[in-house]
Order: sequence, then C-alpha cells, then structure tokens
Amino acid sequence: MSATDPHRALHRTIEAVWRIESARVIAGLTRLTRDVGLAEDLAQEALVAALEQWPQSGVPDNPAAWLTATAKRRAIDLFRRNAVAERKHEELAHELEALEQTSPDLDSAIDNSLDNTIGDDLLRLVFIACHPILSTESRAALTLRLLGGLNPSEIARAFLTPEPTIAQRIVRAKRTLADKHIPFEVPRGSELAARLSSVLEVIYLIFNEGYSATAGDDLMRPTLCEDALRLGRILAELTPTEPEVHGLVALMEIQASRTRARITSTGELVLLFDQNRTQWDQLLIHRGLTAIERAHKINTTPVKTSRGPYLLQAEIAACHARARTPSETDWHRIVILYTELAQLTPSPVIELNRAVAVSMADGPQAGLTLVDALASEPSLARYHLLPSVRADLLYKLGRHPEARTEFERAAALTRNTRERALLLTRAASCETDPTSP
Amino acid sequence: MRFMVIVKATPETEKGGALPDPQLLLEMGKYNEELSKAGVLLACDGLHPSSKGARVRFSGGSRTVVDGPFTEAKELIAGFSILQVKSLEEAIEWVKRAPNCNPAGDSEVEIRQVFEMEDFAPVLSEEQIQHKVERRAELPNQTANK
Repeated sequence: MSATDPHRALHRTIEAVWRIESARVIAGLTRLTRDVGLAEDLAQEALVAALEQWPQSGVPDNPAAWLTATAKRRAIDLFRRNAVAERKHEELAHELEALEQTSPDLDSAIDNSLDNTIGDDLLRLVFIACHPILSTESRAALTLRLLGGLNPSEIARAFLTPEPTIAQRIVRAKRTLADKHIPFEVPRGSELAARLSSVLEVIYLIFNEGYSATAGDDLMRPTLCEDALRLGRILAELTPTEPEVHGLVALMEIQASRTRARITSTGELVLLFDQNRTQWDQLLIHRGLTAIERAHKINTTPVKTSRGPYLLQAEIAACHARARTPSETDWHRIVILYTELAQLTPSPVIELNRAVAVSMADGPQAGLTLVDALASEPSLARYHLLPSVRADLLYKLGRHPEARTEFERAAALTRNTRERALLLTRAASCETDPTSP
Repeated sequence: MRFMVIVKATPETEKGGALPDPQLLLEMGKYNEELSKAGVLLACDGLHPSSKGARVRFSGGSRTVVDGPFTEAKELIAGFSILQVKSLEEAIEWVKRAPNCNPAGDSEVEIRQVFEMEDFAPVLSEEQIQHKVERRAELPNQTANK
C-alpha cells in the first residue's frame, strides 16, 4: 500500500480524531454509565465502528457526538441484556432511553450536554485515573490511556515494558476502580489537595520517564515529554486557580526547553553548564515564565501564600533559563529557593541539589561540606548523582585522584549507558590532566 | 511534533487601519481557547497589514529594502499559530474546526511542519524492552545539574 492510499489516509484521520476526542468521549460516557472501565470499552467499540463505517459514510461533521452516540446505543443494548440480572443496569437503561426519547436530535443534545459539562467530566476522569488506590505505575498507564489517547502498544514503548504487561495493568486498574466503587467525582475540601498532588505526581513521572530515561540506551523519549506537557496544559485550563498546577507546567516547559541542547548529535548527555544556551527553546521558556506568573497571581490573591514544591522547582529552573551564560546565574537566589524547598519537602536529593547551588554561590569547599554530610544517608547509597557531584567538587578543588575514584563509583551506579560513558570520560580526564597533583 | 498554521491574507485583512470584525475576533478567541484547553496551542499571533511591513531582497552581496504594501493577498500571511500535535492529520483536524477568517468569501490556511531535533525514540526491539528495570524510588530533581 502506498502512502497516498485513501484507506490508510482515512485510517490516520480517524486516529487523529480519536486522539482529539477520546478523553471527552470516555469522560461523558463514564458519567452516563458510572463505570470508567465500561465507558472505555464502549468508546473502543465506537472507534471500531468508526473504522468500519466512516470509509463508506465519510467522517461526520461532529465526530465526537457520533462516537458518543454510537457508544451510548451500545450501552443501552448492553444494559437491556443485563437488566434481568441487575437492577442497576435496568435503571441505567431506562435513564438513557428516556434521554434518547426526549431529545429529537440526539447528536446535538449530546453535543450540548458535552459542551456544558465536559470540563467537569474531564477533570473527574483525571482524578479517577490518578486515584491513590492504584499503584503509581497503573495511574501513569491509565492516565496515558484515558486522557492521552495512547494505545497499550504506545504506552508499552514509552515505559520499555512488554505490551501484555501494560494491557494487564490497565485491565486490573479498571477492575480495581469498579470493585472499590470509586466515585466519578472531583474531590472537595481537604481531600482535594492530596488528590491533586497525586495527579501532579503522575504527570511529572510521565514527563521524567521521557526526560531522563531511567533505563535503556536513550537519554530522552521526547514524545513522552510532549504527552506529559499536553496533560499538564489541559489540567492547567481545567483547574486555573491551582498555583501548583501552573508550577508543574512551568517546570516541565522550562525543562523541555533544553531538549535540543541536552544531547549531542552522537547521543551524549550535555550537562546544564556545558549546554549551548542559544539552542534553548525560547518559546517554551516564555511559556514557562508565563505559567510562573499565573501561579504568583493566584498565590498573592487575596493574601500572599507560600509557594508549593513544583512552583519552587519551576522558579529554580527559571533562574537558569533567564541566565544567558552560566556565569550570569543568580546562585544566591537558587540557594534561597532550595532552602525553602528543603524545608517544605525535606529530602536528601534536594539537599544534594542545594549543596550544588551553595558550591556555585560560595565556592566548592562550602558545597563539599554539605555533600559530605550526606555520605551516610542510606537512601543515597546507590544514587549515582551523589558520587558524581562529589567528584565534580573534588575536581574543582584540585583533588583529582579522589575525584577519579568518585567518577568511577558514579559510573558503576548509573543504569543509563550514555550517562555512564560521560562519567567514565570525566574519570579519564582526571588521570591525563597535567595539573593533577 | 510541531506545525505552523499559516493564515493567508485576504483583501479584508490587508485593509489599512481596519481592525478585524468583532464577531470573527470573538469566534477566533473561542477557537484558540479550545486549542489551549486541549493543550495543543503553543503560540498564536495576528499580523498587521503588509502596508506596515517591509521586504528585504537579497541579490548576491546587496540588499534592497522594499516597503509595503504588497499585492497578491493570497501570497501574504495575516497570522499564524504553532500547534504541538502527534501527526499532520491531527493538525488538519484541528484546523478544520477553525472559523472561516473571511466569513463572506474564501480564505486559506496552510499547515507546515516545523523542523525539530531528531527523534531520539527509535522503534524499540524486543531486546531493548528486556532492559526495563524498576524505576528509581525517588526521581532526582533535574534542575541543578542536568
């Protein structure tokens, strides 16, 4: 088949429509059926129907309404068949039928109801996909499936996991949500903050899986970063008054702005200070800084409130983004931001990053003192960045033999082959350096 | 991948001093909001008529400046947006939902892919999939040293 084959072309168009509409269709159906797993199955059946029928009938003017209406008719059929067995299904079938009969133009009725409540339904879908009852891995897979419109094979490739494992994970997650009767709702009051942070965690995990691939031969999987950014941007419009959502979006936009400069043409990692800053994507930096401003506006109205961890990290990233050269970096501000972050979410990893900032603001010895204090931290025992940072500081202090040992230790700990190569190169440079003591 | 959506000029958009029709502005605003809500709109802007612009012609080593306005509205542009989507087809689907910029007549929008860093995600072999190891319990903060 050639690339211009009309069936292939239509197939790609249907895929594109699905990418645009699937989350809204599944969200609307979940509200009608009160079962996210069933809603997704019905939406899939509607997609199959579209693949069968659109080649003859052409793409309808309102594909979302077509997909929803088709899925809904299947829901009615299914509920009728199950009505004898279950009273709940009987009620649902009646409700759906009543809705169908009272609206002479079903498509436009669905369309209107979609338009009016779609934002709410999408947000409910985000919260149910990221429900804390599910494991983090399941939340990530389900979110990409339900909200990102990715199929199990795409998700499997993104996480370097066999496709059957991903498919199983999604099936089990949907079953868990049904078995535990997890409601399709936006959490309120005190529960909202905790549930929102679970959502942000999932989106950032997806982003990081793309940005700093934790396994395999590639340092980045940029399409996964784009999926995470898209999810973050959608969430920011759904919850415009949540500063941390804008903080996360800002953080991802600014980190993504460095994509081009982070990897050489031969696939080697380039550290922040060695990056060619003219290659940073100014469009994404601008978007990141704008998102920070949005968060600040909310944080200062009506009274000034403290910054959350994502916003703080975004502001640190923004300090780098604003500096045209590494020497222009406002390290004192970064130290303040890391200190605030460490108080909010104490963690040895943040402490290590703070040590790096201190070394830049006050010299390598000041940084090394903080790093050495972390040496006995059990959670960092197998963390390659600890010896890597220590090696760098020792190198700057002229203690090259010690630096070499630390670079080699870091290389042995990292699981990323390209990062290992970079660390071994640095270790070798300690040996050959003529100024080495 | 990114696409630049180029809105071609019309006699209407080329009229000096005339702001776009308020109704159209409203519809365009609503459309752009929909794109933002879907997380696909990276940037968008409208352009002044070509009478406020200029062209620089290069010929060997010399440069000649030609002031606007320029004729042939169809070859001029009136605005652009940058979309981040998964495929050309998705960009097309979004553009088809846009209001007609020239409600009374014809208008044209061109969709062009933006050059980007090479895709670092090659199709993975079974062997590469086997490489999957458990994710680190805590993801490192990337801002300080990456």
